Amino acid sequence: MVKDQEFLEKKALYCLGLAKKMGATQSSVVVNNSISETVNFRNKKLDESNRSDDLGINITTYIGKKKSSISSSNLLNDNLNTLIEKCVETTKNTPEDEFNSLPDKDLLAKTIKDLNLFDDTHVENDQKINYLKKLEASASDDKRIINTESSFSENKSNFILANSDGFCNGYKTSSFTASSVTVAKDEKSMERDYEYTNKCFLKDLDDAEELGKLAATQTIRKLSPKKIGSEKISVIFDKRIAKGMLSTFASAISASAVSRGTSFLKDKINQNIFSKRINIIDKPDILKGLGSRYFDSEGVKTETLKLVDQGTLKHYLIDTYNGKKLNLKSNGRCGGTSNLYFDNGNISFKDLLNLNSKSIYITETIGHGSNIVTGDYSVGATGFLVEQGEFKYPINEITIAGNFKDMFKNIILANDLEFKYATNSPTMMIDGMVVAGK
Amino acid sequence: MSGFFEKSDLSRNEAENIISETLQKCDDGELYLENSKSESILLDDNKIKNSNYTSDLGFGFRAISDEIVAYSHSNEISKNSLKQSSDNLKSTLKSAKGTYNHAIPKSNKKYYDNINPIEQKSLNEKIKILNDVNEYIRSKNNDVKQVTANFLGEQKSIEIIRSGGETLSDVRPLIRFNVSVMLEKNGRKETGVYGIGGRQSYDSYLKEDNWKNVCDEALRIASVNLESKPAPAGEMKVVLGPGWPAILIHEAVGHGLEGDFNRKKTSAFHNLMGQKVASEGVTIVDDGTIDNRRGSLTIDDEGTPTEKTVLIENGVLKNFMQDRLNARLMNTRSTGSGRRENYRHVVLPRMRNTMMLSGKQTQEEMIKSVDKGIFAVSFGGGQVDITSGKFVFNCTEAYEIINGKIGSPIKGATLIGDGPSILKEVSMVGNDMMLDPGIGTCGKAGQGVPVGVAQPSILINKMTVGGTKL
Repeated sequence: MVKDQEFLEKKALYCLGLAKKMGATQSSVVVNNSISETVNFRNKKLDESNRSDDLGINITTYIGKKKSSISSSNLLNDNLNTLIEKCVETTKNTPEDEFNSLPDKDLLAKTIKDLNLFDDTHVENDQKINYLKKLEASASDDKRIINTESSFSENKSNFILANSDGFCNGYKTSSFTASSVTVAKDEKSMERDYEYTNKCFLKDLDDAEELGKLAATQTIRKLSPKKIGSEKISVIFDKRIAKGMLSTFASAISASAVSRGTSFLKDKINQNIFSKRINIIDKPDILKGLGSRYFDSEGVKTETLKLVDQGTLKHYLIDTYNGKKLNLKSNGRCGGTSNLYFDNGNISFKDLLNLNSKSIYITETIGHGSNIVTGDYSVGATGFLVEQGEFKYPINEITIAGNFKDMFKNIILANDLEFKYATNSPTMMIDGMVVAGK
Repeated sequence: MSGFFEKSDLSRNEAENIISETLQKCDDGELYLENSKSESILLDDNKIKNSNYTSDLGFGFRAISDEIVAYSHSNEISKNSLKQSSDNLKSTLKSAKGTYNHAIPKSNKKYYDNINPIEQKSLNEKIKILNDVNEYIRSKNNDVKQVTANFLGEQKSIEIIRSGGETLSDVRPLIRFNVSVMLEKNGRKETGVYGIGGRQSYDSYLKEDNWKNVCDEALRIASVNLESKPAPAGEMKVVLGPGWPAILIHEAVGHGLEGDFNRKKTSAFHNLMGQKVASEGVTIVDDGTIDNRRGSLTIDDEGTPTEKTVLIENGVLKNFMQDRLNARLMNTRSTGSGRRENYRHVVLPRMRNTMMLSGKQTQEEMIKSVDKGIFAVSFGGGQVDITSGKFVFNCTEAYEIINGKIGSPIKGATLIGDGPSILKEVSMVGNDMMLDPGIGTCGKAGQGVPVGVAQPSILINKMTVGGTKL
């Protein structure tokens, strides 16, 4: 069982009291506990079991405009005394920063409505094993599948965030995850692919057999890939890759990148950065949402933001420190976005494939090729050649490149949005990207 | 020996008894205890933005029966907590009927000193250097718009208690100093990043004004990028500079030679042992025994002394990198490559300092031989798909080569290649092997560990460059 609210709260308040006694003018503390139990299978047999019990504390102390922080996994009072003393001492010796402060009191979250983020169900190892047996049987059905690895994981977390302005709140969350990674082989090649399901509630998990089958199908269809020539072409991004464009967008509108001047979207508020068809929403209060939260990591209330409205950038993601630097109020985005998504486009997946006589469909990218300063994008990619709306053959060992400023303007979205991750996009097409191959 | 049991209701003796009892019918396993202290100080946007100190303590208890690994970890070193972990392991391995392998090689060699780098320089001294770095860079160039500099220091003490009470321990220092500069000129922004580090004290790395070299290098890279034009797209010849570009070796072949992927036959290299996988003249080693290097280890995280493992000798595949589990299942010995990020994670076979050794040619000869291609000097990072063998890395400083001469700098682009075949495309190996500056972190299965790389200049006949210019 994860530690209860009472235990975490007691530790948090102990730290706040101690920090004050030792000379901190303000302080904040997070205490968290998470327990996860995972079972891994490989080739239809038990491979690994893993139980982890993590307790952690993070304390920030302020003396006027000076600030420093410590973190530890050792919550014995003895150790906390030593660490807080060290933290206050370090704070004294750290130069002032005029923007350092706790969040404005009137922005702190006050009321909390239940978003259904915790499922108390415990899955015994035998149940996990049963799920994985079914999954692996289905994943290894085709004889071209030569290796299967799958995993079932149950996570329970609890935390308390408290600060010297009287904020003290926290809540339990749960997640259940199952995944399947398969390797397929033919005379010419060996390929790997995966599928997974992650839900707040156990009963919402995808069916084991379906999951295994999907992983296998997605792997087998990649066999015997070809390398294509270099050309300018429309690129269609599978949903699992398209969501990465949103993550890059979120990094580029974080108040930190904007205030430091290191984002290609600096000073773009109220400007069209996407085409008029595009809306981007960050919604923290989705029931059972994987990115749902009651307040941000400073305790500031979070509300739904339409970050991009008909192509126009409307908000940055603002925390207290960088907000003060930009002369803007925090909008409860310390720690980033919650449930971030593109609104659906107005054509079907099938019509998207048919928009051009020839395009490529990308199912995986590798490499860290997104530059937030310049907007340049260049990554390795794997996928399929699409002609007249049909998947012709798998392709690999190519790169796709462009610049986000142009790419964002050219995004066309299908109407197949699903809430599978915390950040979600419908299938996406971007015209005029450069593919490098042969 | 660190006092892991000092403030606990669990005595060393009791712990040893629980360990031996739990591992009775297992093939292998151990209790891994870890106490780490780390400090990071960050200067950004003209200010000391953050100073953070972390102390982390915990254990990981592992039991192995045949191919099955049971693992349990906790922050609490107590009787109750260890017993709970023990029960958890036993419930997974109900049917274990193995014989514990007590054999573990010994060595007295040490590759770094038992120091705590955090305590060896005061906070005020570190803050002063960071402020000096900021002023120095901003005074050198009027186009500087942003400077970020940081110190990361760590001391990690580990202890491994095996069945029967055999105990192995190590204290590992690690530091890193990083500088990032952003320039803006005529509305265009570009960054340059450089850093140094290793298992040593700050003073050994930052003698007098040594930090200025790091600043100069970051500034130089940013200035070069400010003049860069779009990179070409397509297959061409690539000359790689010495040192850090060896992350090509790390991604292209290193990961594929780790024992686990080969035991599971999911690596593109699994059936190539003893075969020619690289051009003549290409020799690659993975070496944990270089003094004070970032990837060096006195013992690995299972207690095996590290070594210099020959992976590829003159083009022929000789060895995989092994931890104890994969070595046993593949009927070979551990190469001291068993590593974990910390006590929260299971051991995996990992790289240490992966190096391609020097050949005979000069970098000049290589560039002269290229009609159309690129010269890549520095990279940001890389990634590999072990199974298909395809790997990428991102250039952060590169130039075009036209008719045997170095031309304009080009924008950052991803290079993509095929691991098992790329080393056969190496047509020249330089005489200028260089170690990287000590900044690498390798990620695998969600675990990051410090690593090093080294190589001489090399010429690759054919690679796909992911630029935008057709």
